[in-house]
Amino acid sequence: MIRAIRACKTAAEERAVVRKECAAIRAAINENDHDYRHRNLAKLMFIHMLGYPTHFGQMECLKLIASAGFPEKRIGYLGLMLLLDERQEVLMLVTNSLKQDLNHSNQYIVGLALCALGNISSAEMARDLAPDVERLLQFRDPNTRKKAALCSIRIIKKVPDLAENFMYPASSLLKEKHHGVLITGVQLCTDLCKVSSEALEYFRENCIEGLVKTLRDIANSPYSPEYDMAGITDPFLHIRLLKLLRLLGQGDADASDCMTDILAQVASRTESNKNAGNAILYECVQTIMSIEDNGGLRVLAINILGRFLSNRDNNIRYVGLNMLMKAIVVDAKAIQRHRATILECVKDSDASIQKRALELVYLLVNESNVKPLTKELIEYLEVSDQEFKGDITAKICSLIEKFSPEKIWYIDQMLKVLSEAGNFVKDEVWHALIVVISNASDLHGYTVRALYRAFRASTEQESLVRVAVWCIGEYGDMLVNNVGMLDIEEPITVTESDAVDAIEVAIKHHRLDLTTKAMALIALFKLSTRFPACSERIKDIIFQNKRSLVLELQQRSIEFNCILQKYQNIRSALVERMPVLDEATLSGRKAGSLATTVSTSTIAPCNLPNGVAEPAAAPIGDLLDLSSDDVPAPISSGGDFLQDLLAIDLSPASAPSSGTSLPPKAGTDVLLDLLSIGTPSPGESSPSALDMSSSTQDNKALLANLNGLASLSLLPANATSPESSAGAMGLLDVFDPNPQKRDENGPAYPSIVAYESNSLRMTFNFSKQPGDPQTTFIQATFTNRSPNVYDDFLFQAAVPKFLQLQLDPASSNILPASGNGSITQNLKVTNTQHGKKPLAMRIRIAYKVNDEDVLEQGQINNFPSDL
Amino acid sequence: MIHFVLLISRQGKVRLTKWYSPYSQKERTKVIRELGGEILSRGPKLCNFVDWRGLKVVYKRYASLYFCMCIDQDDNELEVLEIIHHFVEILDRYFGSVCELDLIFNFHKAYYILDELLLAGELQESSKKTIARLIAAQDSLVETAKEQASSISNIIAQATK
Repeated sequence: MIRAIRACKTAAEERAVVRKECAAIRAAINENDHDYRHRNLAKLMFIHMLGYPTHFGQMECLKLIASAGFPEKRIGYLGLMLLLDERQEVLMLVTNSLKQDLNHSNQYIVGLALCALGNISSAEMARDLAPDVERLLQFRDPNTRKKAALCSIRIIKKVPDLAENFMYPASSLLKEKHHGVLITGVQLCTDLCKVSSEALEYFRENCIEGLVKTLRDIANSPYSPEYDMAGITDPFLHIRLLKLLRLLGQGDADASDCMTDILAQVASRTESNKNAGNAILYECVQTIMSIEDNGGLRVLAINILGRFLSNRDNNIRYVGLNMLMKAIVVDAKAIQRHRATILECVKDSDASIQKRALELVYLLVNESNVKPLTKELIEYLEVSDQEFKGDITAKICSLIEKFSPEKIWYIDQMLKVLSEAGNFVKDEVWHALIVVISNASDLHGYTVRALYRAFRASTEQESLVRVAVWCIGEYGDMLVNNVGMLDIEEPITVTESDAVDAIEVAIKHHRLDLTTKAMALIALFKLSTRFPACSERIKDIIFQNKRSLVLELQQRSIEFNCILQKYQNIRSALVERMPVLDEATLSGRKAGSLATTVSTSTIAPCNLPNGVAEPAAAPIGDLLDLSSDDVPAPISSGGDFLQDLLAIDLSPASAPSSGTSLPPKAGTDVLLDLLSIGTPSPGESSPSALDMSSSTQDNKALLANLNGLASLSLLPANATSPESSAGAMGLLDVFDPNPQKRDENGPAYPSIVAYESNSLRMTFNFSKQPGDPQTTFIQATFTNRSPNVYDDFLFQAAVPKFLQLQLDPASSNILPASGNGSITQNLKVTNTQHGKKPLAMRIRIAYKVNDEDVLEQGQINNFPSDL
Repeated sequence: MIHFVLLISRQGKVRLTKWYSPYSQKERTKVIRELGGEILSRGPKLCNFVDWRGLKVVYKRYASLYFCMCIDQDDNELEVLEIIHHFVEILDRYFGSVCELDLIFNFHKAYYILDELLLAGELQESSKKTIARLIAAQDSLVETAKEQASSISNIIAQATK
């Protein structure tokens, strides 16, 4: 049959042959054919190995095992081990046969049974058969003893309670002379120590000296052909003894003392020109590193590792690096000496070694050596493989972030990384870079010039382009005027049109993606006020994009165009330089980066029931979104930030403002409602709305603003000023693409007040990823309306089984008093019964008021039904 | 502990598999496919260790066959290389300069040898001689049983004539 299968040329032919054989075997099974049973099973095993289903043969195995002859049993057990594994119920049926065979008079049959038990025993079988195995540990034949020992390992791994039964027989195995038994005995002791601290204590007290003596004998033993491997007597036994000694010596000074001599001897006298010798050295070093401190030995060990690193054999270098990584917690200084060698290994051609070495370098970096090491790594980045770049970039970035001594260095290094491997840089990293740039006000000019230069040199790296475009948009004037020149810079002259050129390149470059282009568009828009001379050109470019096939770009450019033409008065306010970005919020957002993006467009649909005001309100929503886009687009994706603003600032506002003409549903709605009231005078209201969004912190001012707006409520005023209504109409046109876009983003859901008590309020905002209706992203916002601050705020949630919940860290655990701020936390819920059952959730909120614990609990049933 | 042993030919065909940790049939095929792809594509001068799902796979190529063993993160890789070598030497001694075809047609024998070498994912015997002796003893047991069976069936056949 094997020949037939091998003769097959195609997979289809092979399948046909296998099917035929399987049919024949099945027929034979049905006829209960005795003579060919073992041959059939052998065939079946071969078929199994090829990866075909063979479950119908399992019962045959059991029959063969139950039969009397050795050949049948032998093949039966082999089949059992191959075709079955410990989780199959059929296995229970074999327990009885196993028990009989363990007591069989023929030692080979006992051996077979032990072997099967050791390889596939389940916990129940282990429990049932443990006494037999324990008895066999004292069997007269050494081969049975060693099998029994390994079988015991399996048993104690499955059922750790049984460990103590094996303790004494195991210790007697350590006195054996037969190497096989000794190896397995030592292994058994090692595993016993791992599962039971009692056993560890016992062996520590009674066996250390014996073990040390055995190891000494082995190490000093003359050449013996039977156990020789590459000139060393039984390296396996060596290694196992060292392993056990390691466990015994760990955390016990006396025991460690006992073994130092022999360890020193092994470490210094073992030949290191063959693999076997190195294996022993490696194990020995590991033992030295983990037993109690002994300076001399440690030095010896680190030196051995140093030798490993300079070895030409890749394997040896690999284990050397591996070991150094473990040793670094013990003795970082000694390893710093090998830094140069390790750096060499990063440049190795072998991916496994590269990876290890890189991890090691990463661990080696500290404040004092970050500069040279980063320099090395960045240099290497230029020549490394594509696949490896991602890894190395991530490492460099986190190093730079963690240890950077000064901002200018940080910015410099990041620019280098971006221009080398910008495509591999994660979003968070360049977001962070922008935050740093915006915080380093004295370096704005320097940065933008450096970026401009890098950008001119290459536009291949996406994230470099993004950062550059953002900076040019923000600090374009500094680029042109050479503001804030540092001594180290070479002066460059950039005219206004050069800067615009650069951005135009970004917009028109076919390989850059949508986000970049949108950013470029915004940058351009910002430049329109910075460079009045170029505003006509900018208008042109924006105008060209009106015909863009990409909805987002089209919409943006139409909006910008409107603003450029009709709203000159608010333009400068709109494009004002961004306020310094807050690092804390960024890190907060990093923690919950699955922010609930009810993207921009969903805001507009929210207020559809508002009657007359509705069409006008929508553009305002848009305007607001646009301005907010202006602000956050470089940091996160568009509406995200607006969402944050709304959630943070407005949900506390919702309660007091509910006195206004329109009944609010939740925070977001309120804003929209209020805005819709204010619409007739877009010229006035939108700047103030802008002010609101930029003054993120000041909630009270915001409230005042909102109330002011509300009192303005001039709903019917639409007709009174033709100009503004025309504007509204114009904006209405602009709004057209919105519904389509909403479809793309999946349906929108109104936010709900999920929980409300006397002093605490929790609102949920929902969003979904398009194409994944099961998963809902929820942003929970907590506000505290009591006059006391809540400390140690903790929100917990539980969901029924058909839901899966993932809770991201909260933005903070302190909730300021009187609605002066809020905590947001993102949740991701996956509804496996989407469409059949609605979401439900039980929540628990714990916090401290004046050092007293408070616990609030509740159930949320008012989720929108189609989530 | 060794989690599994795989023998894969250069063409990616499986020649022997032995699982010491529970893997379902589906996982097994997936593991074989994944590792096969990874190991076969590695160059000859690279090191013999691959990190794989939190475990390590040690492999070594002998002629057209790759011997792979999957071990825990803190096991001694160099030792596993020795175990592989040990296994190959025993096979060599048993078959008399072993080749891939020996392992294809006598795969059960290869399994018997492996069972004498490893048990429960641990090394069982470090002496080649002992293993050879044990296998020979069991083989002869099988032979005698077969002879007996054939002689009995001869007798029966003659008796029924």
